[in-house]
Amino acid sequence: MNMKTFAKLALVSAVSLSFAVTAQATRDTIQIAGSSTVLPFSSIAAEEFGNNFAQFKTPVVGSGGSGGGLRQFCQGVGTNTIDIANSSRAIRPAELEACKANGVNQVVEVKIGYDGIVFASRVDAGTFALQPVHVFLAQAAKVPQNGKMVDNPYKRWSEIDKSLPDQAILLAIPGSNHGTREVYEEKVIIDGCKTLPEVQAMSSDVQNQFCLAMRTDGSVVEIAGDYTETLARLQAQKDAVGVFGLSFYESNRDRIKVATVGGVVPTVDNIIAGTYPVARPLFFYVKGEHIGVIPGLQQFAEYFISDATSGEGSPLEAAGLIPLSDDERAEVLATIRSKKVL
Amino acid sequence: MTTEVKNLKGSSLARSKVQQQVINSLQKRHRQEKLFRGAGVTAVAISLLLVVLLFVNIFSKGLPAFWQHAIKVDIYFDPAVVQIAEKPVQQADESDNDFRQRDLEWRSSVGMINFNRLILDGLNKVIPDGQAHRRDLQRVVTSGERFAIRDMVINDPSVIGTTKSLYLLTDANIDVWLKGNIDRSLSDAQQQLSPKMREWVESLKAQGIIQNRFSFALFMNPDSRSSLASAGLAGAFMGSLYMMLVVIVLAIPMGVAAAIYLEEFAPKNKLTDLVEVNINNLAAVPSIVFGLLGASIFIGWFNLPMSAPVVGGLVLTLMTLPTVIIATRSTLKAIPPSIRQAALGLGASKSQAVFHHVLPLAIPGILTGSIIGVAQALGESAPLLLIGMKSFVASVPTSAMEQSTALPVQIYLWQGNELRNFFEARTSAAIIVLLALMLSLNSLAIWLRKRYEVRW
Repeated sequence: MNMKTFAKLALVSAVSLSFAVTAQATRDTIQIAGSSTVLPFSSIAAEEFGNNFAQFKTPVVGSGGSGGGLRQFCQGVGTNTIDIANSSRAIRPAELEACKANGVNQVVEVKIGYDGIVFASRVDAGTFALQPVHVFLAQAAKVPQNGKMVDNPYKRWSEIDKSLPDQAILLAIPGSNHGTREVYEEKVIIDGCKTLPEVQAMSSDVQNQFCLAMRTDGSVVEIAGDYTETLARLQAQKDAVGVFGLSFYESNRDRIKVATVGGVVPTVDNIIAGTYPVARPLFFYVKGEHIGVIPGLQQFAEYFISDATSGEGSPLEAAGLIPLSDDERAEVLATIRSKKVL
Repeated sequence: MTTEVKNLKGSSLARSKVQQQVINSLQKRHRQEKLFRGAGVTAVAISLLLVVLLFVNIFSKGLPAFWQHAIKVDIYFDPAVVQIAEKPVQQADESDNDFRQRDLEWRSSVGMINFNRLILDGLNKVIPDGQAHRRDLQRVVTSGERFAIRDMVINDPSVIGTTKSLYLLTDANIDVWLKGNIDRSLSDAQQQLSPKMREWVESLKAQGIIQNRFSFALFMNPDSRSSLASAGLAGAFMGSLYMMLVVIVLAIPMGVAAAIYLEEFAPKNKLTDLVEVNINNLAAVPSIVFGLLGASIFIGWFNLPMSAPVVGGLVLTLMTLPTVIIATRSTLKAIPPSIRQAALGLGASKSQAVFHHVLPLAIPGILTGSIIGVAQALGESAPLLLIGMKSFVASVPTSAMEQSTALPVQIYLWQGNELRNFFEARTSAAIIVLLALMLSLNSLAIWLRKRYEVRW
């Protein structure tokens, strides 16, 4: 290598670096991030969208949990921020404020369908018929006993209730970055907790705080990653009971079995009928400022909630999404078309 | 001991005592040596065992995934179903843009056709009772294959009206069932396939209509979630390739230039010492830190696109730079000073001595160091997670500015897929591909070193 070629090389590298820095290319790919529950559905919709619309690029779907996705979403307006945040819970007022503080004023909420949350154990472990109060008693920091609040003494499920299997309590719940956690706390823990007369006697402002306090002796594990990590935990520890989405369970029926909650088996039919208590709507949020700037954003949102994509007999239903009713679908479509902001 | 022996010379009694002492200590020394050798052999054996264990585990899981079940279907491109306008051809007076617009419209119109019907018609010929179980029948072929058939029509509209015998990938769960990756003794409620489908699949396999064929999909397709059986590594491979190009173009010239300057030209003072210490420190910085840096600087300030190989390449450049500098410097150090002195003695300038005489001799070493640095960057995943490269990307990137994943991240993504029975094997197959790439890069480095090595 002589001086000349070396100089050439240096020049090439300098040019490519400056190219990299100045190329603030306008983005033509839709960027999505957020809930790992919505991720499979969103990915399928994105892929089908890319395959069916030759003029648009296939949207890119990231994960990070509902909280993580909405935080990214609310970072601001511009091509280096995401266009859509997937969420397995409704946006919180504080998040909406953060959005507005960063200039994201047009947040369009799109409901895509429903999903159930299930408790599952390994196929070779005990079969659970849970009541919400059982789960509360398994994870609470303090529980009422003989009229007093004592540190949680329960080590085995059978100590909580004779009908539950005689196996150690090890509960793998989603971390606080997941939208599933919020629904789990609201529909299972708080509901179960408030059935106790000692809790009903408390004033309402301390109730929630008491109900959500978790024991810290290792019987409850928070899983920050996705359901695969929860499944790995179950595979490593036979006694563990994990919290999953219904669709994840459906794909792994040979490894895990579900618990009934309140005597109801979690199935699509029971969730549609409203008898299974732990179900929630799934959403995505579209950044109104990006509609018309990022090609295909509006079309993608409409395609996602079209009957062919997420209705009965659609690919998303096959993947485990519980479809919206026709009325709801029409309402959501109107929201997208009129860009009704929150 | 020797002085003791000298002093006691002449006394036979004493001598035998000394001999005894020597014999005793000799035994002890031999024992120590044996112990050390034993420990060494054990250490080597344990590490070998672990490598073997790792490889056996990965290969036993991953190798079967290179073959995948496909069903032989005679597809009749029925003109009644596939009704398309003539494929647009660019006219002499038409601008490129207009033509592209017309072509896009034509492609969209072809996309509206229900190619699934062609597949179902073909399946009906091999599955006699298919009509009675339409829901099951629709799940036999993986959903992505209809786009493969559409593309056949787009590429060559003359196939319409003909019949072609095609091997179409079966649904991921059929592959799982036939490979025995799900416990066949489980009850119907725990199975993914309905009893009817299992019956079909078994009989089609026995007739040789479903065959286990080499999976080109694994290499030719990008990732997929709507059609799990056709998920492949092409997108991740191209993403990694673009990143490596950025690393090669940036890290190697900069690293080599920095190393030459520091080694040959820079004065030795406190400042250059400080620089040297910091370069060594930089090499020890955990890679995830570079990811944080990349996310805040390249994406936050320079507004580069998220999940793009160019950002990944820049981050990995930062990571590879110290490796290249350190490797180049040690190669330059190893070249005898006599070479430089001879050049200088004959009247060459300092830079002539370096670029005409030292550098050519150092090139094999520099190449080796650079290749090992690039191989390291190829296998890195942690910093890429932080710059958004763990997104699901269902297309093959055509430039470094387009969204993409990378091979190690694809492994991470497949590891998280919910259909564990199918993706456990797929993940191991991806690991084998990555390992093969790394091993070939490393053997290239070894070959270069052996081929061009200069002995002094």
